[in-house]
Amino acid sequence: MKFSEEKLNKVKEIIARYPEGKQKSALIPLLHMAQDENGGWLDVPAMDYVAELLQLLPIEVYEVATFYSMYNLKPVGKYIFEVCRTGPCMVNGSDDIIEYIKDKLGIKEGETTADGLFTLKPAECLGACGYAPMMQLGKTYREHLTKEKVDAIIDECRKNAAVNN
Amino acid sequence: MALKLLLEHDKVEGIRYYDAYRKHGGYRSVEKAFKMTPDEIVEEVKKSGLRGRGGAGFPTGMKWSFLAKPEGVPRHLVCNADESEPGTFKDRYLMEFIPHLLIEGLIVSSFALGSNMTYIYIRGEYAWIVDILEQAIAEARNNGWLGKNILGTGFDCEIYVQRGAGAYICGEETALIESLEGKRGNPRIKPPFPAVQGLWMRPTVVNNVETLAAVVPIINMGGEEYAKIGVGRSTGTKLMSACGNINNPGVYEIDMTISVEEFIFSDEYCGGIPKGKRLKACIPGGSSVPILPANLLLKTAKGETRYMNYESLSDGGFATGSMMGSGGFEVLDEDQCVVRHTMSLARFYNHESCGQCSPCREGTGWMYKILKNIEYGKGKMSDIDLLWDIQRKIEGNTICPLGDAAAWPVAAAIRHFRDEFEWHVLNPDESQTRNYGLAHYADPVHVPAGA
Repeated sequence: MKFSEEKLNKVKEIIARYPEGKQKSALIPLLHMAQDENGGWLDVPAMDYVAELLQLLPIEVYEVATFYSMYNLKPVGKYIFEVCRTGPCMVNGSDDIIEYIKDKLGIKEGETTADGLFTLKPAECLGACGYAPMMQLGKTYREHLTKEKVDAIIDECRKNAAVNN
Repeated sequence: MALKLLLEHDKVEGIRYYDAYRKHGGYRSVEKAFKMTPDEIVEEVKKSGLRGRGGAGFPTGMKWSFLAKPEGVPRHLVCNADESEPGTFKDRYLMEFIPHLLIEGLIVSSFALGSNMTYIYIRGEYAWIVDILEQAIAEARNNGWLGKNILGTGFDCEIYVQRGAGAYICGEETALIESLEGKRGNPRIKPPFPAVQGLWMRPTVVNNVETLAAVVPIINMGGEEYAKIGVGRSTGTKLMSACGNINNPGVYEIDMTISVEEFIFSDEYCGGIPKGKRLKACIPGGSSVPILPANLLLKTAKGETRYMNYESLSDGGFATGSMMGSGGFEVLDEDQCVVRHTMSLARFYNHESCGQCSPCREGTGWMYKILKNIEYGKGKMSDIDLLWDIQRKIEGNTICPLGDAAAWPVAAAIRHFRDEFEWHVLNPDESQTRNYGLAHYADPVHVPAGA
């Protein structure tokens, strides 16, 4: 994986946000970019590439990538359903939503469907407690989930995947 | 209608964008602040009595006055937008719908503290809000409120948004600083405090989103006027994130003189409990603060009305009171199981422990395992005392307050709902098919017809 010219310009812009010599601060934003570029997860070559860009030791990148829950260190589906299950979502039925998704997609927590489209990743509080139950899907939140809404989201993802292929 | 200082214009069309925001009085506080000296601004914030809105409630003006100012060393203001405390979603609301209010507060505060490079550290999951904030920053710069020599004052300021990557611990200010430096979010040992050695070992102030937004009305109206709102040391207004089993979940701005009863049952706020259910318990200030049964929530142990402010919510200490915390207000109705809810919170803290201190790293996992056993009918009576013992040994024995935050919910659940834990142990089969219910801690006042 390598960044395009356009992405490399973005890297420069990010590094310029910090004082000189403090480019390590760009690590977390760059890992987000690398993950997006690398099919939703970080493998060792992707992390090593980020280390090289920021002139860091590879271990400095690995120790950060393994700490934060948004970095996936294994391949994931095209669409990741991150369903919140902490207290406020739980009292509004998040357990049922998680069970429903498992049944419907035939996968367990943390697994990906055979067609590579969906991963179920139960999450801890995502800051949408008043709009529970909810899931994060890509850059957005899907809130006030019901079984019908889950069905519609799955259909929507399948349609988008078909169009993009 | 309640007094609104932060959410006065949240429903105005287009308020997310500069033109509408400016038309409704936006950026006036910057114009006013630039006619004052930085020290005068700090003085106004001190006079306002504003207390940190992230959860700790530390006086903001005092925090600002601790900032070291060694000659030739840059200082930084960092906005803590890593909102992750279960039950809390107020900062998200503010940033999503009135982003310019935060930007305005950041410019005034940066000027007061002498920060030329100011950062907003936002939780990674709020990805779409990053775009909203960056657009607001660009609009502010295009209109001359950011950049070099702002409005001819000679003051330079840039604001950058830094996205986290999923870690509750990064809401702790030194973990946030570590993360902003591109490291794991391991909290630092204090001292030195960030005010002396913070971001890149430079003097740094870290404040919550709502705290920095509140600087805008404080400068506009003056610290003394702001301090007249509210009661005692709970001055100004507070954003509450209301969730759980209520009719109207959402973000509410309250002045801190209303009662808990009014907040839960009036239609202006939570609108009562859905489906004719009764109130069982409430966590009034985010998942870390003690859960209270209904009978201690609406009235204090002394039988006095409990109000929505720092002092009243903590009346009775941890024995019979709770805390205002971050304002994450979660209501539980009669159908909720306190053991299961506590288990969910224990899993959260176990997941979020950074692993640095053994009492927290090990203890949060033990508590989760034991609670899981009790919840799923495999608990022993001695487990309840063991849980109590573990939480007591975590509290106060860790570098950062995550240990306390993990211990308190377990302690309060056992303190007030011990019979429910015992019932689970004594009835392993029955507890899998029905909930314990209300018992003696039901709200005695609000009994729906037919109940």
